[in-house]
Amino acid sequence: MIESFNKNIKGILINEKNPEEMIKSFKNNIKGILIEGLTLSSAIIIIAIVVVMFTVIFIGGKDQITWEFLTSFPEDGMTKGGIFPAIYGTALLVILMSIAAVPFGTITAIYLTEYAKESSIIAKTIRFAVRTLAVIPSIIYGLFGLGFFIKFVGTQMDNAFLGGELKWGQPNILWASLTMSLLTLPVVIVSVEEALKTVPKELRAASLALGATKWQTIWKVVIPGSISGIMTGTILAVSRGAGEVAPILFTGVAYYVATLPASLSDQFMVLGYHIYVMTTQSANVDQTMPIQFGTTLVLLMLTFILNFSAIILRYRIRKKKID
Amino acid sequence: MAFEKIHTEKMVLHYGSKMALNDITISIPEKKVTAFIGPSGCGKSTFLRSLNRMNDLIEGVTIEGKILIDNINIYDKNIDVVTLRKKVGMVFQKSNPFAKSIYENVAYGPRINGVNDKKQLDEIVENALQNAAIWEEVKDRLGDSAMGLSGGQQQRLCIARTLAVNPEIVLMDEPASALDPLSTSKIEELIVELKEKYTIVIVTHNMQQAARISDLTAFFYLGQLIEFDKTKKIFTNPEKKQTEDYITGRFG
Repeated sequence: MIESFNKNIKGILINEKNPEEMIKSFKNNIKGILIEGLTLSSAIIIIAIVVVMFTVIFIGGKDQITWEFLTSFPEDGMTKGGIFPAIYGTALLVILMSIAAVPFGTITAIYLTEYAKESSIIAKTIRFAVRTLAVIPSIIYGLFGLGFFIKFVGTQMDNAFLGGELKWGQPNILWASLTMSLLTLPVVIVSVEEALKTVPKELRAASLALGATKWQTIWKVVIPGSISGIMTGTILAVSRGAGEVAPILFTGVAYYVATLPASLSDQFMVLGYHIYVMTTQSANVDQTMPIQFGTTLVLLMLTFILNFSAIILRYRIRKKKID
Repeated sequence: MAFEKIHTEKMVLHYGSKMALNDITISIPEKKVTAFIGPSGCGKSTFLRSLNRMNDLIEGVTIEGKILIDNINIYDKNIDVVTLRKKVGMVFQKSNPFAKSIYENVAYGPRINGVNDKKQLDEIVENALQNAAIWEEVKDRLGDSAMGLSGGQQQRLCIARTLAVNPEIVLMDEPASALDPLSTSKIEELIVELKEKYTIVIVTHNMQQAARISDLTAFFYLGQLIEFDKTKKIFTNPEKKQTEDYITGRFG
């Protein structure tokens, strides 16, 4: 054993002095450096993209952000004035969307983690459906919302309650919010499921062994133990919804409305769509440039703040789990 | 012979198609400490978990034969598992307090049973903590999180939590295996005190522990109940050779 080990050591030492081997090892070193450099520069490009994007938007938009800009209506064919209706519409949209998506998603996640057996066909089918929902292009949600909520549900409602008078059978904030909630549902389900799974099995067993029913265990042990995870899911969903435009294109967003939405059957303005409108539909694109930058900055800050709070919450959950 | 609290007859348990317990017939008397010993995987924990139907939570477990508690078959169709588990409490191997205050951990059981009166709860909590010999250590910080207690304290808190539901039987699944010697001896003292009021069934890997605290000992091996007798007899003059081999350390 020791003899052969010594021989090997000698072999290596001799090889180090062999010129051919030295060239080979030099080549390997060069190759290593090149690869490291290549991977590093790709990573730097990513950072550069973020920095450039933020800098351009920030410099272009920072002077635009005034109290006036945030709280007033657009004026003069949207070439002047503020973006208040778009902020208000975005907020209302994400609130209504959360009211629909969060309870529905949470209940589904509770079914999947607490009730369904891992191997059951129902659970597998639900998981497959959730994964599928997550990869459907958002424009298709918009078309679905138009076809299902507006043309089918809305028209049926008008026929049944209003004698065919057109009220619900057209785009409005209710249908837009529901369409958006379908889009964000997978995000909610997956993050709530993850949160529920962080509650140890031993705690469920402890509760059941004390004579608690399954529902008491879920309500008093599992949900309180995962509440921050459920909130993270909600925030991520809201942040995703706040930035999306495609699902609401056909279902409720307006180019311009002179009044704030006062009823669920009203149309509304949204930040993301407002940017699109000003860059492509405006009579004078150059004149709207500062407003475009301002709106973009507001939207960016909004989603950034939402995501950042989700990250903090998630970090706190992980920490708690380790403790 | 004392009253037979738990009685099983020809009890057979399968995990899927694998037989884990075969033909278990045993009578466990009330207000005694009964210890289950045997090598890992011999089925003693599985048997313990059948006594409060915690095995119901595991997919693919099927049980045949009879398990009677107070002469009632607990696997009968009309048995309410929730009521059964209030009567047959359980303490787990790893202490598992809820991420709540010490007070709320103990009050959890009474609360889910509908006790909401503050005064009544206070009384139950104090009694349970005293019975679990931890009252003196925690009485001044009942509002603190249970997670801040030491491992041994957490386990006694879990015992208090179980006692707060006022069970008749307390099942313990290696309750001291994760604890230091000092905490272990506290738990052992506590178990001996508890048998005045409760029927205790304890699974243990530690044969000295079984010898110290139990009145009766059952030796399980490969899913079968090999021998069940007074602890003294099991440890001094066992009937079966397998039992003798195990307690003298020749296998397992």
